[in-house]
Amino acid sequence: MKTRRISLVATALALSAAVTTLVAQAPSAPTPPGQRTPAQLKLLPKAIDAPDIKYEVVRDFMKLPPNVYLGEGIGVARNSKGNIYVNSCAQQTKTFEFDKNGNYLREIGKELYGHVFCHGVRVDAQDNIWVIDEGSNTIIKFNPAGRVTMVLGRRDEWPMGGMVAPLAALDPAPPYIFNRPTDVGFDAAGNIFIADGYVNSRIAKYDKNGRFIKQVGKRGSGPGEFTLLHAIAVDAQGNVYGGSRSDQRIVVFDNDLNYKTVYDHVGAPWSLCITKGPHQYLYTSNSNPDNQNMPLHEVSGQVFKMELDGKVLGKFGVPGKEQGQFSTVHGLDCSVDNEILTTEIVEWRLQKFILHPTAAQGGKS
Amino acid sequence: MRCSRLAPTLIFAGALFASLLSAQQKEIAFDSAGDFLKLPDDIHFGEVAGVATTSTGNLWVYYRSGGPNATIGASRTYINGGARLLEFDRSGKFLREIGSGPTGRPYSFLFAQGVRVDPGDNVWVVDRASRMVVKFDRSGRVLLTLGRRPEAIGEVGSSAGSGVFGRGSGPPGSGVPGDNFNQPTDVAWDTAGNIFVSDGYTNARVAKFDKNGKYIKSWGATGTEPGQFNTPHSIAVDAQGNVYVADMGNQRIQVFDNNGTFKSEIKNVGAPRAICISPGAHQYLYSSNSNPTEDPFLNGEIYKMELDGTVLGRIGRAGKQFKEFGMVNEIDCRDPNTLYVAELMNWRVQKLTLRNEAGSTATREPR
Repeated sequence: MKTRRISLVATALALSAAVTTLVAQAPSAPTPPGQRTPAQLKLLPKAIDAPDIKYEVVRDFMKLPPNVYLGEGIGVARNSKGNIYVNSCAQQTKTFEFDKNGNYLREIGKELYGHVFCHGVRVDAQDNIWVIDEGSNTIIKFNPAGRVTMVLGRRDEWPMGGMVAPLAALDPAPPYIFNRPTDVGFDAAGNIFIADGYVNSRIAKYDKNGRFIKQVGKRGSGPGEFTLLHAIAVDAQGNVYGGSRSDQRIVVFDNDLNYKTVYDHVGAPWSLCITKGPHQYLYTSNSNPDNQNMPLHEVSGQVFKMELDGKVLGKFGVPGKEQGQFSTVHGLDCSVDNEILTTEIVEWRLQKFILHPTAAQGGKS
Repeated sequence: MRCSRLAPTLIFAGALFASLLSAQQKEIAFDSAGDFLKLPDDIHFGEVAGVATTSTGNLWVYYRSGGPNATIGASRTYINGGARLLEFDRSGKFLREIGSGPTGRPYSFLFAQGVRVDPGDNVWVVDRASRMVVKFDRSGRVLLTLGRRPEAIGEVGSSAGSGVFGRGSGPPGSGVPGDNFNQPTDVAWDTAGNIFVSDGYTNARVAKFDKNGKYIKSWGATGTEPGQFNTPHSIAVDAQGNVYVADMGNQRIQVFDNNGTFKSEIKNVGAPRAICISPGAHQYLYSSNSNPTEDPFLNGEIYKMELDGTVLGRIGRAGKQFKEFGMVNEIDCRDPNTLYVAELMNWRVQKLTLRNEAGSTATREPR
């Protein structure tokens, strides 16, 4: 009896090894470090020589039923049970739910009024699902059952005469009107932080009932400023991390949105994620561009793992189209330690990576 | 000496007046039924523009569901979809949708503005983008159409009378005589069945038709004078046939007789976005001072009034929780103590039960 159990465990271990593949640590033909062009050197993250974190990819992780298609993989988030939500720009923007093994369960908010052009999904501590839509300028809160319980921002009434000109950036931006918002985060008290976004350059803070508290930021590269505020994350102390993508900075604020510091050594923060648990880590994706623009392509496409104070512990990932490579990561979930989920723009997929960090990289020694 | 004696009297009078005002501003206690409408898994409300009850207590809900989608054709861009009409029973159970699938819905469903049920339980659907008011019978078949949907995006018609929904030769906002609406907002009927349409976001007039849809007359133009409007957004008719128009942009309700002659105006109830007159022997007028897009926590209260404009109390405020409102766009008051409100910004319908307190003049009307 006992022997049989052990053999079962061994079989399971062998099976799990079979479905994962160790991925090469470097692109097949990178530009040798000594021959990088000035353009590449300018874009090279200062932390590019951080130690590699060993990792593997779970092959064919996402399983879709026939006739269901993922479009561009824009956002990914997990709830407390491990269920996975993916926000995608398909023919119509959609949010899908998968179980923790990547099996498709259902669509959330089918044909929703606010599903105009995807920009992300996050899950809060109560397992509510939050969708960020830059086409309707709304952040939509669903309860775990998938019903809308709150809407922040408002989709423009339909222009009766046809197209309307895009709204210009406003400084300060109106408290309750967004202009292509990009991301949302929450502190332990349930306060809501919205990254707004492509046009405005501010982080706005709301209480849990959606009432405006304050905001910070304008366009620029100075302290507390953003150039394409593209991602946001909040740590357990309530500190707020804003990803300023176009000028390759992560800007850090305290919970009252007072500027604290900036991290400018980890490339362009396309997506940010902070782990749960007593020792939190910050992951940021310096995603490769959404084309094979070679100078930039070759020096980007990695995810950095950091301490919250900005110290880089390691990096993983290479740009490319194969499974286990990154093709413009836009969604990043790190809510389960060392099990990273990504969604990507170019290859329409959800990927799961298993990390094997050393003790120095925050692994269990 | 006289002055100093007069001053306290004036102060007293002022205080009395203020206390009278605050009495008029009495909060009416109420409860919300929360998420009482049960939707199928794959149907989600967008901005709910209208809600209306039938004589048997069923509910019709008309909402902005998404889209509309555009089809690029030769020289012009065509549109389809964007609004849905659902029916529920009185317990909130979903019964059906009118029209199936995005391409199977009635031609006028583009951008929901309102739904009303007439005394014969016919369902009248007002759509701003198709610029139409369409009457359905209770089974959902079309009985009457008013206005014509633009053929393509950006159609503005020609000027001077011949336009499909352009302006006529009268002053701005007076529109073309007839049913050429320009973003109509609401519909109401008198006891003879005459039809009154508030029109609307681009025109600024009220159009009157007989019960068969034959045009009778139109009044109003853009402006602030009596008989002029700035976004007439909602309309109601009392048992005597008087016509109440929510002149939202001018922050007043204007009252006209049945032929459109100005009678009076009701002010001090904010910007009326939705009004409703309850049936029965003693009629009440409800009006929502809905919040603006820019601030989901500003104003939002609903006033309960006598038909002469005397405020009996106020209900609720703006916000995102239950018992708070997100831009109420339509009120159903078939039962004066049970209001159904359609909220644009909170994407929902709330059922409000007003509490009948001692001293309240509100009495429950028989259904």
